Amino acid sequence: MADLKIKIGSMELRNPVMLASGTCGYGSELADFIELAELGAVIIKGTTLELREGNPYPRMAETASGMLNAVGLQNKGIDYFEKHYYPLLDTYDTNVIVNVNGNTVEEYAELSRRIDNLEAIPAIELNISCPNVKMGGMVFGTNPLAAREVIAAVRKAYSRTLIVKLSPNVTDITEFARISEGEGAEAVSLVNTLLGMAVDTRSMKPKLSTITGGLSGPAIKPVALRMVWQTVKAVKIPVIGIGGIMNAEDALEFIMAGATAVQIGTASFIEPRTAIDVISGISSFLVENNFDSVKNITGIINRI
Amino acid sequence: MKRRNEDLTVTRNRTLADGFFVIEAASSSQLPEIGAGQFVQVLVTGSPSTFLRRPLSVHDADYSNNTLSLLIQVAGAGTQRLSQLQAGEKINIIYPLGNSFTLPVSGEKVLLVGGGSGMAPLLYLGRKVSEAGVEPQFALGFRNRSRILDHDGFRKLGHVMLATEDGSEGSKGFVTDIPAFRDGEWDRVYCCGPEPMMKAVAEICRARDIFCEVSLENLMACGLGICLCCIVPTTSGNLCSCTDGPVFNIRDLKWQT
Repeated sequence: MADLKIKIGSMELRNPVMLASGTCGYGSELADFIELAELGAVIIKGTTLELREGNPYPRMAETASGMLNAVGLQNKGIDYFEKHYYPLLDTYDTNVIVNVNGNTVEEYAELSRRIDNLEAIPAIELNISCPNVKMGGMVFGTNPLAAREVIAAVRKAYSRTLIVKLSPNVTDITEFARISEGEGAEAVSLVNTLLGMAVDTRSMKPKLSTITGGLSGPAIKPVALRMVWQTVKAVKIPVIGIGGIMNAEDALEFIMAGATAVQIGTASFIEPRTAIDVISGISSFLVENNFDSVKNITGIINRI
Repeated sequence: MKRRNEDLTVTRNRTLADGFFVIEAASSSQLPEIGAGQFVQVLVTGSPSTFLRRPLSVHDADYSNNTLSLLIQVAGAGTQRLSQLQAGEKINIIYPLGNSFTLPVSGEKVLLVGGGSGMAPLLYLGRKVSEAGVEPQFALGFRNRSRILDHDGFRKLGHVMLATEDGSEGSKGFVTDIPAFRDGEWDRVYCCGPEPMMKAVAEICRARDIFCEVSLENLMACGLGICLCCIVPTTSGNLCSCTDGPVFNIRDLKWQT
């Protein structure tokens, strides 16, 4: 049995596999298929201060080896979360991380302060990369000055582990990773979805109500992997790899490129057990190749 | 009800007409109790351009041999691939998903309205209605005589009324033009079909204050209430058609024109 334990900030994970925000709901939706206690962490649905209805239907389009979504952060807001979801999450035997969103710096900071009071949440993932909202989201994640301002404000408001989720829709993602590190984030996670679109040639209309949306799935994996590799070389804080991971081999690619941990996203829609299979696949790989710990292969391609 | 992720074995794949087919697939264990209106998420293998599972209504369930039937219309590469499945092949499904139609109580007069692939959940619903001690009546709509799908299974359960757009069989026009539908004293109407059909049926039921449930067919990714892609605007906000539906009472939908 190889050692899969890792640490991100002050948060200890039993293995480097997490469920990505927006693809696991509040965890309980997948409980028929997986034991949440076997996961490194669960990152629950993007949350905002106020209730959000999200974007109009249609919000999804299937594409070659992937899908576009334009959900737009539909969620019931932090008050409802605290009352109805938090008591449930408190019972999970895994790290529960909240994905934090807002329209303004003040909203991000206020929400982070609220979550700082929730003892059972060891970390937040600061989402400055949602491509599907008009205000906030990617606006912060694609402008270095705005990114610095929101990360600094959240860092002040939040005392536990801060992960910043980065957008791939920039010229140089390492710039945003460096800003995150400089402002005191304990880790960065990347990538959020790539901005894309699709047209229905029969109706001669865009397939999404918002015209553009976020592309996820194996279609984006090579791009995500390249960005993770670049970021690993640019910062000292842990990098969490996300983007089209469908199986253990995909996850191992990210880890070998330097990712301390990985997130399973869209794959859970097709095979809810993916994360569990990835954990056992990583473990088998380490045993078969005589590695004691996952740390032995983290960034192995970058070693001389 | 715990949902399962299971490999079933295809026992039969029968072509109906016009790109419609029925797959029968058996579980090696006891089928879970499936409600009328519930659906399965089918994994499509061997179709490179198909990424997501395909949500399909349960057309019928036979607990004596643990077999599910799925009535499917070829709509793209995924369903095209499913149409080629042979007896003996495996098919992975996640089920049972979604909510169910509200069954009638004895003595009620019940009409099941559908057309095309919307007929899929109505056979199993008819069976459940029948088990509740009510003889279901069906109103089925087709474009013309040559596109009428085999509905012997429906006839075994209750009276079937047909409508064709060109009048080549049954009433001329849409299902809503069937006189017995317009004039009948219905306690409950259930409908599944193209959106214009469901809206027309809903309008009649609303005007006559008839209990009416419709089964929606929204685009979805997960089927588990996670992705929030298949949302339906309702009087209580956006709901998921996969977990809050696919069956909705028309009074909860924002369909009023």
